[in-house]
Amino acid sequence: MSGVYIVGIGIHPFGRSEGSSGLKQGEVAVRAALADCKLQWSDMQFAFGGSDASGNADTLVTQLGLTGLPFINVKNGCATGGSALFGSYSSILSGQFDLGIAMGFDKHPRGAFDPRPADWGLPEWYGEIGLMLTTQFFATKIRRYMHLHGITSESLVRVAHKAFRNGAHAGHAWRRTPVDLETIRNAPMVSDPLNKFMFCSPAEGGVALVLASERKASELGRTQARIAAVTTRTRPPGSFEVFAPCLDIVRGPSATSIASRAAYDMAGIGPEDIDVAQVQDTESGAEIMHMAENGFCADGEQEAWLAEGRTEINGPLPINTDGGCLACGEPIGASGLRQVYENVVQLRGAGGARQVPNTPKTAYSHVYGAPGVSAVVILER
Amino acid sequence: MLDRMRSQPIAPQVFETEPVPHLIGGRHRQTGRIVFPLDANDEQFQACALPSAGTLWSYTIQRFRPKSPPYAGPESFEPFAVGYVELPDAVIVEGRLTGVAFDQLRIGMPMRLTVIALRTDPDGSSVTTYAFRPA
Repeated sequence: MSGVYIVGIGIHPFGRSEGSSGLKQGEVAVRAALADCKLQWSDMQFAFGGSDASGNADTLVTQLGLTGLPFINVKNGCATGGSALFGSYSSILSGQFDLGIAMGFDKHPRGAFDPRPADWGLPEWYGEIGLMLTTQFFATKIRRYMHLHGITSESLVRVAHKAFRNGAHAGHAWRRTPVDLETIRNAPMVSDPLNKFMFCSPAEGGVALVLASERKASELGRTQARIAAVTTRTRPPGSFEVFAPCLDIVRGPSATSIASRAAYDMAGIGPEDIDVAQVQDTESGAEIMHMAENGFCADGEQEAWLAEGRTEINGPLPINTDGGCLACGEPIGASGLRQVYENVVQLRGAGGARQVPNTPKTAYSHVYGAPGVSAVVILER
Repeated sequence: MLDRMRSQPIAPQVFETEPVPHLIGGRHRQTGRIVFPLDANDEQFQACALPSAGTLWSYTIQRFRPKSPPYAGPESFEPFAVGYVELPDAVIVEGRLTGVAFDQLRIGMPMRLTVIALRTDPDGSSVTTYAFRPA
């Protein structure tokens, strides 16, 4: 058995950090991850890392040390972190390396992302007439889903309410003040049925994870988080993705559902075996839809699950225990690794006020982004 | 009403107004799969007229002014509806919705293609785009 383990974790708090560049936040995260496992940068045999909008990760060798290590830059949209982890995992699994690091960071300006149509293979008129907005995609997707599966707006409210309550207990979260149900219900709409408390915001932050072979992890005495599966998938036919001027009438699965299935196959376990999960919650509805796309419940069951508090910290399947993207914001390059960071914290039993009871044995994370890409990581203690 | 003499479509080969307003899609030469818009540089697809009428598949309201660029609508902003309309036996297309109160929108309602002014400049000339209105 040649497993791969996450032995060190580091994070630069998410949110807004005036005067600190995205690269700097990546560096801070790397130093924290190394300190966590009491290793040096010179111990790292390789690195994978990237950002969406904050520069080339490999320039960090200037600050971290000119050790000559191979450093692969990753630029894969919202899956940047997941892809860096996938590369690191595969490198160790190959037997060529014993120790390496995956990192992701970003720093975005305030307000909605402003993508350019040409970068996404779309004609200029698509943006000119006012359709080039990720918010519209999420709103139309959840509207359709609510119609088909009997999900009410109250479920959207519950997801946001939980996010800010959980975020209050996470040191790295951005929005750390609980917001009451009534305030969330009555907030101004951004893109109906989603209001301002139901969308995450572009933000800043950095995360780094030190990975080790089984031999090395045992030697370090740090075997709490074994990577049981890591998968990334692009969109299949018939899926509904960001920036889609048209959809096939015959509907199909999503990038998430195929990444999820592959991850369960790889880990040899099913959704019923997961003890804690972090799923992409770009907005409230995304968490609801991703609960089903990741296999945790059937379409429509989310309404009862949320009403019964099944995804609360002390529920049968806690979801987004650090408040997710809603509370942490979304620095694109760091977001997927933030979920894995949180899962390692939970497996170590180090979550403090947000710790899932009876230290979880399995932890699941899922990131999704444009133009239809998902990454799933399953960890086991 | 639009002054047709002084209006110009947002781009060529997106929609036509005769005999009735309709979108120009692309039909895959081998599989018959229909897409919108037509990518004139992709030889796998040939142009085809899409049905003018369909049903509302999903929708939302754009409550804030999108960033410019790319948005080329007027400076003064009024929220507008956006949705997907299923054109039977063809494809589901995304577009702006017009001529309906926001609270009257319902998934499944019949819709028909029309042409609206995206913006009208001070000299009276306008840039037009397609939109769906209740049928």
